[in-house]
Amino acid sequence: MSLLKLDDLSAGYGSFQALFNINLTIAEGETHAVIGANGAGKSTLLRTICGLLRTPEEKILFDGQPVGQLPPHKRVGLGISYVPEGRWVFPSLTVQENLLVGAHSRRTGIWTTDKVYELFPLLSRLRQRQASSLSGGEQQALAIGRGLMANPRLLLLDEVSLGLAPVVVEKIYEAVPAIVAAGTTLILVEQDVGQAMKFADRITCMLEGRQALEGRPSDITQEEIFAAYFGV
Amino acid sequence: MIWANDIIQGILLGGLYALFAAGLSLIFGVMRLVNLAHGDLSILAAYFALIIVGPTHLNPFLAIPIVMVVMAILGYCMQRGLLNTAMDAGSMPAILATFGIAIIIQNLLLEGFSANSKGLDAGYIENSAIHVTNQITIGWFPLITLITSVIVLLALQYFLGRTRTGRAFRATADHQRAAQLMGIDNRHLYGMAMAFALAIVAIGGVFLGIRTTFSPSAGPLRLIFAYEAVIIGGLGSLWGTLLGGVVLGVAQVLGDHIHQGWGMLAGHLVFLAILAFRPQGLFAKQVQ
Repeated sequence: MSLLKLDDLSAGYGSFQALFNINLTIAEGETHAVIGANGAGKSTLLRTICGLLRTPEEKILFDGQPVGQLPPHKRVGLGISYVPEGRWVFPSLTVQENLLVGAHSRRTGIWTTDKVYELFPLLSRLRQRQASSLSGGEQQALAIGRGLMANPRLLLLDEVSLGLAPVVVEKIYEAVPAIVAAGTTLILVEQDVGQAMKFADRITCMLEGRQALEGRPSDITQEEIFAAYFGV
Repeated sequence: MIWANDIIQGILLGGLYALFAAGLSLIFGVMRLVNLAHGDLSILAAYFALIIVGPTHLNPFLAIPIVMVVMAILGYCMQRGLLNTAMDAGSMPAILATFGIAIIIQNLLLEGFSANSKGLDAGYIENSAIHVTNQITIGWFPLITLITSVIVLLALQYFLGRTRTGRAFRATADHQRAAQLMGIDNRHLYGMAMAFALAIVAIGGVFLGIRTTFSPSAGPLRLIFAYEAVIIGGLGSLWGTLLGGVVLGVAQVLGDHIHQGWGMLAGHLVFLAILAFRPQGLFAKQVQ
């Protein structure tokens, strides 16, 4: 059975509509990449799934249950964890405290602070440092680790590579296989098509709030992606 | 020596101000809400104590736990029932809502208890003192007040630093939406913050009622002192509220010493001086 099903989903901010009739089914254990240009609605899609934006109840089915009207804190309890674009770490809290807050929902599973430090060794020696003093890459690792602390069934990663040096991005993406191996379903939003193709089982390309292309990376040609990405 | 005594009395008075300031600081820190009803809520707590103490002849100290619970419940309901909704509409509607609450409390108290001053009688402890030297005496009650405020701040520090809910408070203060994404229900959390703040101010209100007399119109002055203590100490700093209270208390006592009636003026002047020369406060946290 599918873990997440978006059924003719439309959403937006006030009178501005950002998503148009999205249909997407994601199987448990799948890694799904959402690519597209700036303003294509990728982040809005994740924000709708995690509850920062509300939709009619039955437009989003999580594990068969309609969740479109649930606030974010309740969706975390069900196992949807969102790692926001821009990281949103808690600046005055230490690294360790950031992770502990990530576990606020009290969902149990394999992810503990020790496991997260194992996944991101660079965080390990920063435990007692204030998150505000971390570099961008360290903050991104912390944001992902904090998201994992909720032991999600579905992890939403929004623009992990944003504003980071390619070397740092590589280092953070090294963690993805371990997250997938833990059985976590992953939706990652990326502007970097190469990065997305490398890790995803399936990709969706978005254009101006609509799905322009969907399929397995091996079945899609460069030309098709180019066309869907730029709308030519 | 007489100056030394003044300074000691000022420090002790600062303990009382810290009890008012701590709750205010907590509310502002966690939800960026300026609670203009804080002073009136403290007076309300004093009247609650009066209701309990009057017929039972209980020592007011023993009434404190009951008053704390009542005020905490009131605070939670007030936040969930009214202020959360007002805060959704913006910070200005929320401030106005607390202003409205302040006026309602003042008028209800006036209706119920008349404008006459009331007091809480704690018995002999009010007048007993330690005579350190000829010129320095430390009253037991002011000393208890200061010790209580230190205990309250220690408890608050432990709560915010070491407990799951305390961390949730600080996370919400840092980034409210991110906190929601961690599974923290901010509406419930705001209710809890108000409950804690009012439980603390309940102690302040009862201590005030023992120390001096109070009337339905006494709230706004308490609010001003509490704000001055918070600003002097530095927004968001827990121990800053105590330091701010102490600075304010010492300034007031010294001012009164120089000329009877100048105490309040001296306090305000110190507050203005801090605003002018160190607006972040004496103890401001260096974050962000």
